[in-house]
Amino acid sequence: MKRWFQSKTYNTPSPVGKILSYLILGFWALLILFPLYWLIITSLKISSQVAEGPFYLPFVDFKPSLDAWKYILVGDLSNDTLRTFKNTLIVAPTSALLALILGSTAAYALVRFEYRPRVSAIFTFIGCLALGVAAIFLGVPWTIALAVAAAVFIILLQTIGRRFKRALGNNDIAFWMISQRMLPPIAVVIPIYILFQRLHLLDTYTALIITYVTSNLPIVIWLMRDYVSTIPIELEECAAIDGASRYRIFWSIVLPLAIPGLVATFLFVLVFTWNEYLLALFLSSANSQTLPLVIAAQNATRGPQWWNMSVLILIMIVPVIVIAIVLERYITRGLLIGAVKG
Amino acid sequence: MISELDTMSPELEEPQPTRLHTVIAAADRLAGSVFILPTVLALLLLSIFPLLASLYVSLARFKIAKGGFKLEFVGLDNYKKLFLGPERTHFLGAFAPSTPLTWFLFAVILVALAFFLAQYLLKARISLGGLIGRLLLALGLAGLAWMLVHTLWNDGRLGTVSTTLVYVFVGIFFQYILGLGLAMLTVQNLPGRRFFRVVFLLPMMITPVGVAYMFRMLTDTSKGPFTPIWQALGLVDFSWVNNAWGARTAILIADIWQWTPFMFIVLVAALESQPIEPLEAATVDGANGWQIFQHITWPAILPVSMTLILIRLIEAFKIVDLPNVMTNGGPGTATQSLTYHAFVNWRALDLGGSAAVAYMLLFLVTFFGMIFVNLIRGRVVEAL
Repeated sequence: MKRWFQSKTYNTPSPVGKILSYLILGFWALLILFPLYWLIITSLKISSQVAEGPFYLPFVDFKPSLDAWKYILVGDLSNDTLRTFKNTLIVAPTSALLALILGSTAAYALVRFEYRPRVSAIFTFIGCLALGVAAIFLGVPWTIALAVAAAVFIILLQTIGRRFKRALGNNDIAFWMISQRMLPPIAVVIPIYILFQRLHLLDTYTALIITYVTSNLPIVIWLMRDYVSTIPIELEECAAIDGASRYRIFWSIVLPLAIPGLVATFLFVLVFTWNEYLLALFLSSANSQTLPLVIAAQNATRGPQWWNMSVLILIMIVPVIVIAIVLERYITRGLLIGAVKG
Repeated sequence: MISELDTMSPELEEPQPTRLHTVIAAADRLAGSVFILPTVLALLLLSIFPLLASLYVSLARFKIAKGGFKLEFVGLDNYKKLFLGPERTHFLGAFAPSTPLTWFLFAVILVALAFFLAQYLLKARISLGGLIGRLLLALGLAGLAWMLVHTLWNDGRLGTVSTTLVYVFVGIFFQYILGLGLAMLTVQNLPGRRFFRVVFLLPMMITPVGVAYMFRMLTDTSKGPFTPIWQALGLVDFSWVNNAWGARTAILIADIWQWTPFMFIVLVAALESQPIEPLEAATVDGANGWQIFQHITWPAILPVSMTLILIRLIEAFKIVDLPNVMTNGGPGTATQSLTYHAFVNWRALDLGGSAAVAYMLLFLVTFFGMIFVNLIRGRVVEAL
């Protein structure tokens, strides 16, 4: 009797535990798959079938039609779909990758190096920046304003700034970084719009990528910080004794060991950029529009076009699922084992 | 930790440094800056400017003028409107008159806060900054508690601040519990676990606007898939959209459905990357599942959990797509979040009011973020 409740190794459940696990996992899978099933069958309906009440099974309850799929993929909307799909395919992975590279280096730095930025330097910087921005608003060309502000900053820092010793630590820097995500996009979107308008970058991939990279950097840094800090420092010390430079330690020891974290983080950032709506709405129009905008546009004056919307949502998930399936195997156990002993 | 690495470096010096070696050594000394500067610069360039600009907008009134628009400086008027003026009920909620029960609850919270302050004052090390921080925290929490006890029951109505708080805390609680439970189940050695993992990730991959429209389909009581259930319960004419808590629950369910995967996948990665030997040793020694979890697994995933909750905390405060699409903020303003409130003002071309709401949201998130990072995260991680 007892063996029904006992597990042999640390991660193999007992027979009873196994059945319970499958029951719970199956139940949650059902909760997730049913809404998606509903999306799929809605995409096969025509407007009257949606309006007349719930129909559950194609061929049994209602006659499925591919009208919506045709409309989206080869019909009237196909140009929009393909163009925005291509844009999304370019913008999202590029920004996710850039954010991952920048963010993981910064995360490593925040874990292994000690920074002591002086409070006086920070305040001088903010003051100079505010002056620069004010000057731009008053009509000074932005190149001159920035150059003068930078010069004033350096002069003040070298003279007055040195007298004050009070400094911040790594945790303060990390909190400052995550706080950059606290302001709701609706508040920052207009200044960002004006910024890119001044730089003549509106409606380009560059604008979207820059915005997405900076807005996702804090998340990358915070997640990677935790993964990096679980890597045993002994490995890095050994490498340092063998004469490896800091860059080499980062590249050939830290990064390979942090792969599970890197993959999980990449997936998130990819998903966030892939699905981002509000910033894309402002920063892109004809050239660099992304897919979520097309989905929202299906809520037309005639009411939401559920069938078209379902098709778009479905084709939008497919590439992310493929990437998730490919990457999932890297989020796996055993990468750290043996490394310390060897 | 870094000092250990640094103290070793003198031994690494070559006996006769060549020119190349000095360059390499210099590059190595600069590594700290090289690693972090790109990020700091990127954040400075793209984050400080919008922050300052929207601060200015929140102190101004937006007007369409000849040849474009103009911003007229009005000081704190936009904020005054939120706290004392016409938008007070929308923002803070409608306050019900105090009853013995509300007084009692408020008194309990005050005692708890006083206890928290007293505990700090009795400690050996007290710093002025720490004391001021804790006083501000107690004041802020007392204010929020006063608002909540008067708007949650009786004739009170939640404002956008309290609604957002409900979304954030209820949502995160369930997302974390569910995410952790599912992650624990799928790191077991079960056939088919990879299938479950990919399936569990799916909700997060759908664009938030899409999730919102999907849930509007699902929760439709006359055309949605659950219509037979509503009919059996005799609730066809009942529309959850007309019931404040019904609508909020629907939005919460959609939010939990969408964001549990976020908790789930990070926790899976954390569970997978913990060292195996202690687990094996504990099993050999005959520890049961709960003991292993409590003493080995839980401490290992705690730091990641804290980060996860903080990130979700920040993201959840910005919830807007779900109420916008599912309920249009209704009934009345019952399901409006703070971002939605800003959006409503923004749609009415009241850019100043919109920025003021956004800034209040920023204060609120910073307030809870500071509490979380300084008090909870610090204490929990230190205790390990």
